[in-house]
Amino acid sequence: MSETDTAKPEMSASTGAMIQIQGMHKWYGEFHVLKDINLNVAKGERIVICGPSGSGKSTMIRCINRLEEHQQGKIIVEGTELTDDVKHIDQIRREVGMVFQHFNLFPHLTVLENCIIALIWVRKMSRREAEEIGMKFLEKVKIPEQARKYPGQLSGGQQQRVAIARSLCMNPSIMLFDEPTSALDPEMIKEVLDTMIQLAESGMTMLCVTHEMGFAKTVANRVIFMDGGEIIEENEPEAFFSNPQHDRTKLFLSQIM
Amino acid sequence: MNVQKQPGPDLPPPASSVGVIGWLRKNLFSSAPNTVLTLVAGYLIYITLVPAFQWAFLNADWVGDSREACDSGGACWVFVAVRFDQFMYGFYPEAEYWRINLAFGLLIALMVPLFIEKFSRKGMLAAFILIVYPVIAYYLFSGGAFGLVHVETSLWGGLSLTLVLAGVGIVAALPIGIVLALGRRSGMPIVRAVSVVFIEFWRGVPLITVLFMSSVMLPLFLPEGTHFDKLLRAMIGIVMFQSAYMAEVVRGGLQAIPKGQYEAAQALGLSYWKTMGLIVLPQALKLVIPGIVNTFIALFKDTTLVLIIGLFDLLATIQSAFSDPNWLGYSVEGYVFAAATFWIFCFSMSRYSQALERKLHTGHAR
Repeated sequence: MSETDTAKPEMSASTGAMIQIQGMHKWYGEFHVLKDINLNVAKGERIVICGPSGSGKSTMIRCINRLEEHQQGKIIVEGTELTDDVKHIDQIRREVGMVFQHFNLFPHLTVLENCIIALIWVRKMSRREAEEIGMKFLEKVKIPEQARKYPGQLSGGQQQRVAIARSLCMNPSIMLFDEPTSALDPEMIKEVLDTMIQLAESGMTMLCVTHEMGFAKTVANRVIFMDGGEIIEENEPEAFFSNPQHDRTKLFLSQIM
Repeated sequence: MNVQKQPGPDLPPPASSVGVIGWLRKNLFSSAPNTVLTLVAGYLIYITLVPAFQWAFLNADWVGDSREACDSGGACWVFVAVRFDQFMYGFYPEAEYWRINLAFGLLIALMVPLFIEKFSRKGMLAAFILIVYPVIAYYLFSGGAFGLVHVETSLWGGLSLTLVLAGVGIVAALPIGIVLALGRRSGMPIVRAVSVVFIEFWRGVPLITVLFMSSVMLPLFLPEGTHFDKLLRAMIGIVMFQSAYMAEVVRGGLQAIPKGQYEAAQALGLSYWKTMGLIVLPQALKLVIPGIVNTFIALFKDTTLVLIIGLFDLLATIQSAFSDPNWLGYSVEGYVFAAATFWIFCFSMSRYSQALERKLHTGHAR
């Protein structure tokens, strides 16, 4: 990792970073999946993470809300350090929303119930209050008319937009996207990306694992390239795409562009 | 001119492919082997079902009060009619039959609103049925309070005992089974070990052994003079035994729920128990409704085994009636009646489970 020249190492704790990852390592058994990850994310920053499959990019963002446990190093989200302490984990999950590749909607609940279940059971809201919030965000992702349907009756793109609305209902300050468009048919990718762009414009702090390079170019403040469990290169999108520094980055870009 | 071609009108299918004739041709006489099979099967049905029907209905005797009434050569349902009260209530005192009727009547009355779509307080009513009703039913059956005469459990019997055993077994085995299934999949080694040992122990012994142990051996280990009702011991044995089976059925459902469901629930901040109760179990239990009802049906029929420890359930009561010297030789009628009664209950459970599956299907194909 030492030979990599990280392009913009200006982010520091003092600038009010929302997420600080310092020297994080993770192993699956013997397999070293994440190696010395250092990353600071400022409020309102939009970061796109790319890299070949198996490079650890999903694992990295899943560490941020403790879906995966890291074994070494520190993760601090809005001043709270992620440890085994359940209170800290709950506190961080309160601030961090997540959207998954396969949507992971709850198939036995209607679209609206998907959105409000955590409001009712975690935030202890009344059903009426929760439904108001739920409908507000379903309108934001432009599918209020589907509120009473079940996820199984919706298209993939619609399901993913519901998943985004479900996360937003919890009023997170950070959103994680784990390949949100990879499981979608091509004609549905745009509707989901449009929703994400709209979210970015509203000033949300976002970390997106995605292969949508168009999205990276228009929306991201920074692009991070990972390979073999390491952050190989990070830069502003324009410089990243026009002038990649590292051979592995060049190879990757030449394969996907 | 921008006229689009109108779709043609829907025509009815040709008469030979629909209706009775069409159905017969397609399903019974489509080829030579099929025709032969149809005829052979029809013949077999004719030589078995027709005499059975004649025996059970056409040539049967229905009214009377002694075996002299049975002279038509068919089934003697008089035997069942004369003994009917005993088959239903066992040796329960006749003057107190109303208490059993009231207990079951009350249960049915309480359960009716659960099946009414519009009724909105289902949760509260279900809680009442599960928590308050058993207390009411206990006092109605057992008495000894509120001016009701005490009736020993050794006098309980017949269909009412079968229903009590099966009802308690079903209501208790499901929650215990769910807890055991969650325990077996728990990340905590002690919890997991306890669940595995419990499940494997009870699944590994025959129910007859469990019942014997509970009635013969357990009293030997208990301190002198401890009275521990035989029926209660049998119930506990049945519940332990069936909950082990239930646990494995439920675990099958839990394993079918994708990891993404847990992750999405966690990411929303739901705790372990809320994740299980709100997200995972509703889906898992729905998936294994056939398995759960299968276990319930097996449990219902397994209650007949209590006759080996001297409890008189429906089957045991019927069998005991065979030895009545006035009614020797009518065991076939008794067994047919027992079979028909068990079949009605088991078939109802089966149909209900299918209706439930249809109702809970939310159109997702996963």
